[in-house]
Amino acid sequence: MTTAVETINLGKRYRAAWALRHCSLALPAGRIAALIGPNGAGKSTLLNLAVGLLPPTEGEVRVFGSARADDPAILGRIGFVAQDRPLYRGFTVTEMLRFGAALNPRWDDDLARTRLGRLNIPIGRKIHKLSSGQQSQVALVLALAKRPELIVLDEPVATLDPLARREFLQTLMDATVSDGLTVLLSSHLVGELERVCDYLILLNAAQVQYAGDMDAFAAGHRLLVGPRIGTEDLARIGDVIQSTHTDRQSSLLVKTNGHAYDPRWDVRDPGFEEIVLAYLARRGTETEVTR
Amino acid sequence: MIQLHLDGGNGVSAYMQIVQQVKQALRLGILGPGDQLPTVREVVASLAINPNTVLKAYRELEMEGLVAGRQGQGTFVLKSLAGPALNGHAELRVELVEWLQRARTAGMDDDSIAALMATTVREQIMARVKREEGAA
Repeated sequence: MTTAVETINLGKRYRAAWALRHCSLALPAGRIAALIGPNGAGKSTLLNLAVGLLPPTEGEVRVFGSARADDPAILGRIGFVAQDRPLYRGFTVTEMLRFGAALNPRWDDDLARTRLGRLNIPIGRKIHKLSSGQQSQVALVLALAKRPELIVLDEPVATLDPLARREFLQTLMDATVSDGLTVLLSSHLVGELERVCDYLILLNAAQVQYAGDMDAFAAGHRLLVGPRIGTEDLARIGDVIQSTHTDRQSSLLVKTNGHAYDPRWDVRDPGFEEIVLAYLARRGTETEVTR
Repeated sequence: MIQLHLDGGNGVSAYMQIVQQVKQALRLGILGPGDQLPTVREVVASLAINPNTVLKAYRELEMEGLVAGRQGQGTFVLKSLAGPALNGHAELRVELVEWLQRARTAGMDDDSIAALMATTVREQIMARVKREEGAA
């Protein structure tokens, strides 16, 4: 299986602060990857490094095996939609299409016009007269018309209403089936990512917390609920991602490690969102609930 | 052709929901042998879900011998599930309606009827599992 994006001990420092550090992961081609993390975790930095818009401070990033971020042959295979919907607001949609065609050798104008037609987007209208949902769709269609093999999207649906979000993801998913795309997208909308993605990259405080299969992630954790336990017992359980305590009760979110649990624990399957939140809350592991 | 739906909040994985919905359609006779399932692309584009989820569900149905994929054409139903269980359907239904009326007369509301139904089915499954374990 080929690897679409590979990072090896990748790091980026802005002045004194590391925005991303010790990042090593390999995203297989053909996967749809979710990049999840709190604000300031390093998501945009990782995406910008992946598409060659930022040079790394240390380590390296390879896209389709090439470490040369400025290699035009590689750049032609990557589509990127930045956070702020990079469109010329005074241009009409048609003018944006002509612009895209002039810049990209593999441009597929028919594909772009067919998609825009299906979405009922008036292509004679200026960009700033379109709704934000339509603007996002235009940005996506332009990125797809480049015929990329990898498409990178930075918070593409953040400002959209639920219907526009659904329509955006429909266009994206349709393109992955017909074109065999690899997708890397960041978002805070965990529930939607769960439906759409099959690969997960969790970032927190500039570090990768998890990178791998979405199914394995969801199946690889349990929630243990039982009588209050002390720190010593807690240490013995191992692989605890998050523990919360009241005066009588303890709740532990743990990685399954093949061990059988003490029968006094009530063992539950946590939902995807619950596990993600447990990882993201992992700055101080111990949360005390006072009551 | 059937249309698939997804319920995000019920805790059942998307892939399992697709498997269950197709089976339900087979059981009710909405789908029969030779009928085509929606293509992966159609499902993906209408539900905005990961294509691998749909492929996994269709593979599961294939492994159970219910459907078969034909190269470049789509996935087709091989077998109906609307078998003997449904032939006695009308009669069972009449009996069930009578039973439900008796339950209401006895003072049960919809929720307690559903709860009674669920526990009884579960007990029967447990008993069957125990019997099978005993036989093995």
